[in-house]
Amino acid sequence: MNRSRKVAAAVGLLLVIGGFVWGATGLHKFGNYNFRYGAIVAKDSVPDRAAVNSVVVTAFDYRAFDTLGEEFILFISVLSVGVLLRRMREEHESDGDDVGPEPTMRGSESMRWLGAALAAPVALLALEVITHGTLTPGGGFQGGVVLMSAVAFTFLGGEYALVARLRGSATWLEVSESVAAAAFALLGLGGLISTGIFFENFIYKGQAGLLTGGFIPLANIAVGAEVAAGFLVVISELLYQRLLSSD
Amino acid sequence: MGIYPYIVAAWLLGVGLYGVITSRNYVHLVICLTVMQASTYVLLLSVGYVTGGKAPIFADIPTTSSVVDPVVQALSLTDVVVEATVVALLLALVIQANKRYRTTDPDRMNRMTD
Amino acid sequence: MNVLLIVLLTFVGAVGWMTVITREPVRQAIMAGLLGLLLAALFFALQAPDVALSEIVIGGGAIPIMLLLAIGKIRRQDAAAEREQADQ
Repeated sequence: MNRSRKVAAAVGLLLVIGGFVWGATGLHKFGNYNFRYGAIVAKDSVPDRAAVNSVVVTAFDYRAFDTLGEEFILFISVLSVGVLLRRMREEHESDGDDVGPEPTMRGSESMRWLGAALAAPVALLALEVITHGTLTPGGGFQGGVVLMSAVAFTFLGGEYALVARLRGSATWLEVSESVAAAAFALLGLGGLISTGIFFENFIYKGQAGLLTGGFIPLANIAVGAEVAAGFLVVISELLYQRLLSSD
Repeated sequence: MGIYPYIVAAWLLGVGLYGVITSRNYVHLVICLTVMQASTYVLLLSVGYVTGGKAPIFADIPTTSSVVDPVVQALSLTDVVVEATVVALLLALVIQANKRYRTTDPDRMNRMTD
Repeated sequence: MNVLLIVLLTFVGAVGWMTVITREPVRQAIMAGLLGLLLAALFFALQAPDVALSEIVIGGGAIPIMLLLAIGKIRRQDAAAEREQADQ
């Protein structure tokens, strides 16, 4: 890295950090938050939406449009990873030289047992976290990632044969991911059809404390399925590249 | 001590940016991007903090008690998951570039594509 | 602002700096996992359990897994390229 690039980098860094610190001195002091929007949302979530977790109500009801945008970012990233790595995999398969895992990578028996034993309880925990988003800390995003890790336990335990079999079921993962992403958008359209407002909470909201909150549990399930399927597509492609393809 | 979290957020941003500029390995660059993402989460959550406030979940506290802001938490939690898939996309690009150019050094790759 | 928050913020800053100056990829992936777990503790102290839950699974689980898989794949590619060059 030559002199002029170092000087330009130092000047740029100083400007960015200096500007940041100068802007931060204009913020309120840490802890003296006094804006109205957050206070209104926090007060309104239990009487109005019958959901106890106001963070999930904000993410899936009041600001559901932003969550739709984030979901589409996730969908596009997973799609791009699939395009990139799957092309490499198909070139490799057509060449026909599948060298298999390296000789130093034999899984150990205890790891395989641990992976098999942990997968089902963690999957159950993940389903609980997804569906009870309105009552406890949790929701679609967190539960979806926990569900991904429950499936990844079997791979990390050392069942390399499963990776080869995933090649055939990759379409099933992609189909479920697309269906879940579409389901979330269709919930918004349901609000549009029934009351004329996109993402209006149109299902009957029950009483706080039970599994209610309008369409928020349904939105949580859709998002959880999409996050889990998306991450599984990514990890299965990366696992194939790491274990079975030497190209 | 009133602006200490904002200073830490600025520090993380600066450190991550320095790592991105002086990186000699693309995987190192992706991890420095992760550090920069962490600075945004710290900034968002510190802006919404209320001294003495509780978590905004009203399961066992009355709905009129003072809680921290739920809106910035909703922004941060979707952000954490989505940025992980962006990191996956960047890693896939690094793997593809390594296959094509046989290097993971940004400076050498720049010279090869000239 | 209590002592716990000050200590956690300082730790996060220090581990962030150490993550950037570690140059070897595998060690840096482990440091990134450590940074993720410390961030989760900080988010808990800032009264944000949902964000902390996401950050534990992602920063401690998904991101180090993907990083280590990618690093292993790159090493395998380099070894295959060296074998090819040695054959020629």
